[in-house]
Amino acid sequence: MTDVLVVGASAAGLATAEALRRRGFTGSIRLLGAEEHPPYDRPPLSKEVLAGTRDPERVVLRGADDLAALDIELVTGRGATALDVVRREVSDTAGRRHAYGSLVIATGLTPRRLGRFAGPAGVHVLRTVEDTRRLHADLLTARRLVVLGGGVLGCEIAATARQRGLDVTLVDRGPAPMARQAGPRLGALLADLHRAHGVKVLTDVTVEDPVVHEARVTGVRTSAGRIAADAVVVAVGATPATGWLRGSGLVLSDGVVCDSRCRAAEGVYAVGDVARWWHEGQGRSVRLENRTNATEQALAVADNIMGADRPYVPVPYFWTDQYDVRMQVFGDLAGADALRVLEGDPATRKFVAAAESGGRVIGVVGWNSARAVRRARGLIADRGVVDA
Amino acid sequence: MSMTVEIDEPRCVAAGHCAAAAPGVFDQRDDDGVVVLLDPTPPAGEHGKVREAAALCPAAAITLRDRGGAR
Repeated sequence: MTDVLVVGASAAGLATAEALRRRGFTGSIRLLGAEEHPPYDRPPLSKEVLAGTRDPERVVLRGADDLAALDIELVTGRGATALDVVRREVSDTAGRRHAYGSLVIATGLTPRRLGRFAGPAGVHVLRTVEDTRRLHADLLTARRLVVLGGGVLGCEIAATARQRGLDVTLVDRGPAPMARQAGPRLGALLADLHRAHGVKVLTDVTVEDPVVHEARVTGVRTSAGRIAADAVVVAVGATPATGWLRGSGLVLSDGVVCDSRCRAAEGVYAVGDVARWWHEGQGRSVRLENRTNATEQALAVADNIMGADRPYVPVPYFWTDQYDVRMQVFGDLAGADALRVLEGDPATRKFVAAAESGGRVIGVVGWNSARAVRRARGLIADRGVVDA
Repeated sequence: MSMTVEIDEPRCVAAGHCAAAAPGVFDQRDDDGVVVLLDPTPPAGEHGKVREAAALCPAAAITLRDRGGAR
């Protein structure tokens, strides 16, 4: 039996294992990962790795030596297939059973593929390092790229491809890129940014079907007509990877449902993109898909495994790099009714602004203002608490 | 025990979590927010904060070494 079994060997799972050791946990720890790689970092994939300016090897977070030094056992190339919470066992794709004392679920997300787009060559999603290698290879010969979905990932891929000289069309069904994460006003600024760099931004457009010739994609049919393409990226979001937990008795509802301690059942915790937990500060259930949450939540889970009884009440944070803009967000922008510029000027692409709801600051955003946005974070009322 | 802090600057994504967690040891450049290491050998009283900063870094750009060279 392993004392702590972590299913999912990416950022959140790794951070949990490391935090346990840092806090003096002396029991055995096993990291079970579906991919064939040691734990690696995903944010650079859509940027430097896709651009070809960073070697894929340079995204590894901890290598075998690092993990051995921490006495963390890494098992790669094995996905989990089932959980038995009564016997406290996880089965993997090789048929092996892993008995555990405590279980940490860190299986992350599976990208949505849009059924009709699964199959033809030239259609991509981007989640793993292999996905990135394949897309990078296609971008070497493609002239026209269509990106379906204007979230953070779609916007970053569009920017990277455009900077490589491709003819890029970004298609979103909403009123502006990243409107869901950033609200309409910042979304409009982002649309301007992409258009200024020569990307064709299509908003309020729904995607219909791929156009396929000899098993290869040659375009996309949309509500705004047909768009020619040599390659297509589907970046329309992702779903929590909880298929292996069906029938386990855990509550699954857009993620593994946890209490405020990130606990899904006795001795079972969830962390990172896959975890939906009760945020006591916000008085609602929350699931965050961002890199910083993976590490912050891991610290809370490690504390709770060691008996701390600590609620997890973060101020959400994410960043994105597109062209020469680094955008950083603390708290919530999408729920705001007003955006007040605190310093700088959006027209110069260097500013800090507060997002307000009913006169209270619920989020802050900075463009190319990393230091100032960190200072402004303190303006957020009650650690990001919003009225449910 | 002494502690040495190393920064992998090209990895830094300017989140500023380190400067928030251990402001005596980390700061950020004004222009791009990239980490500035103020004290590569922080005093013992700062070690707890520095470990937290390293754990929170979303780019895993902070490495800590003990006197013997182990992490």
